[in-house]
Amino acid sequence: MSILKFLGKRLVFSIFVLFGLSLLIFTISRVLPGDPVRMALGPRAPEWAVENMRAQMHLDKPLYAQYYYWLTEALHGDLGQSLFTRRPVVQDIKEFLPATLELALFAGVIMAFFGILLGAVAGRYSNTWIDNSVRIFSYVGVVTPSFVFAILFLLLFGYILRWFPTAGRLSPGIARPPVITGMVTLDSLLTGHFATLGNALWHMVLPAVSLALGGMAQEARITRSTISDNLRKDYIASAKGFGVPERLVTLKYLLKPSLIPTVSILGLDFASLLGNAFLVELIFNWPGFSRYGINAMLRKDLNAVAAVVMVLGVVFIIVNILVDLVVAWLDPRIRLGAERGK
Amino acid sequence: MPTINNPMLKRRMEALRKGWYKFSKNPVSVVGLFFVLAVSFIAAFAPYIAPYPQHAGRFVNFADASQPPSWKHLCGTDVFGRDILSRIFFGFRYSLMMGVVVLSLVVPVGVVLGLIAGYYRGTWIDTVIMRITDVFLAVPPLILALAVCSVLTPSVFHAMMAVSLMWWPWYTRLVYGLASSLRNEFFVQAAEVAGASRSHILFREILPNCVSSIFTKMSLDMGWVILIGSALSFVGLGAQPPTPDLGTMVADGSKYLPDQWWIAIFPALAIMITVLGFNLIGDGFRDLFALEET
Repeated sequence: MSILKFLGKRLVFSIFVLFGLSLLIFTISRVLPGDPVRMALGPRAPEWAVENMRAQMHLDKPLYAQYYYWLTEALHGDLGQSLFTRRPVVQDIKEFLPATLELALFAGVIMAFFGILLGAVAGRYSNTWIDNSVRIFSYVGVVTPSFVFAILFLLLFGYILRWFPTAGRLSPGIARPPVITGMVTLDSLLTGHFATLGNALWHMVLPAVSLALGGMAQEARITRSTISDNLRKDYIASAKGFGVPERLVTLKYLLKPSLIPTVSILGLDFASLLGNAFLVELIFNWPGFSRYGINAMLRKDLNAVAAVVMVLGVVFIIVNILVDLVVAWLDPRIRLGAERGK
Repeated sequence: MPTINNPMLKRRMEALRKGWYKFSKNPVSVVGLFFVLAVSFIAAFAPYIAPYPQHAGRFVNFADASQPPSWKHLCGTDVFGRDILSRIFFGFRYSLMMGVVVLSLVVPVGVVLGLIAGYYRGTWIDTVIMRITDVFLAVPPLILALAVCSVLTPSVFHAMMAVSLMWWPWYTRLVYGLASSLRNEFFVQAAEVAGASRSHILFREILPNCVSSIFTKMSLDMGWVILIGSALSFVGLGAQPPTPDLGTMVADGSKYLPDQWWIAIFPALAIMITVLGFNLIGDGFRDLFALEET
């Protein structure tokens, strides 16, 4: 099966990339000018305490040995201790990551669905007023930083119109559902707390939409141009000539192959979405991983910074593998193992 | 007086004139050019055209603090009583500087690596360069830039370095794709057979055929780099107050949001206009070069 071989290749490649990434992150986090241990313990800690902690974190050994320890411990699921919260970093990740994943997934679905929808409609009715409005929307979406969207939405829908809450994941009076996945929406769905589910979704609308708009504009632009190109292809004309129903032509013969370029850049758009979550979470006071990451960065909390970047690297790689699988499904040349391109 | 009788140069001038004609026929790119020129002009002459140039730095006047937009202060004043319009004018300087410095560092490095990797496609040189590129592309650029900034003391200069460190792989990848297909073209093979040097082949034969794509990407990237730079300042890892950086101004303003909306909104609009200008020009280039290729 070529698809398994394809997947295997991707996995091997991902492991290599993660290894390289760990090396990069390690280098970045260790070239810090100044003494992280001294910074964590404060200027008045006795010298022996500093020495102890340094030995405990292997900071007294040469760099390659430090990397070896860091990597072996990381492979055993130990990403070290946060210099600031003094808790294992893994525990912090478990607590904060689900909130961000939930937000990013929700935003990603909005981005992909509406981006493709807008692009498809604009491409189908190209050079009409619909197309022009989608084009204007795309420009606004592409040039506006997501933190600006977040601030505008907060102001308009949060403070002026009061349609949506301005901060957090749940309203103060509502209890969190029992933790299964850590994602409030999924947990409340699984345990049947539908009021909580509604409340959680309501809190998610503004941050998710501000995250999604930039990528949505990109997706819409790309889908529009492939659709309007493919619409003029001979095979569409011949399908219509054979009397294939309009709906089938549009959905199967036009839309499916036209999605290949769109889906291929979904991974990249999801990456910038994860990056922008760092800013949007700050604005909406979203108790997530990105806010944790920013705080770690502002406090120069080495282990936490390294862990945050590594985890996001893993998430990004998983998303990209999924994207590749979808592309393989859409593109028979890949699925059937034929030579790609030229 | 020497006249231009170099036929090569003449032809280039002709092509340039034709390109400009097509570019100027596209209203979208002309609007973009207008925005970019306006922003550059304001940035260059900020001390002369800003209504209150002294407000760009450390200036406090609590008597005028938090004034809404008025004829005296078109965009209002911030909590220190500084004129926001004047600070935006100076803020354009930092945004443009960010874009120009980052691209002038990143493009040469990325392009040369891409040319080499593409030309030696399939050898270990290709493998080493492209695998390193993949590692850099494996994490969202903003996050890696944030991580780099976090180990340095926050400043405009360090933010520029951090973004540059993250940005070169995009050019390497772009040029790699172009160069690895161009190297099989007849004109490259002819140059090889004629005994041209490696550097001649890379820089005189292959590079000129990549220029239009690099150029298009650069003008789009000016916008992206400015966005990333403002994001870094927004979280406090880039420019530091009292520097009138647009991202910092949005961050400061967002603290006073519902009531004193003008502190955050006008700098945000300024970022959008700058990025829009470069994007429109980039699209103009893309259309222009696509037309020439067909």
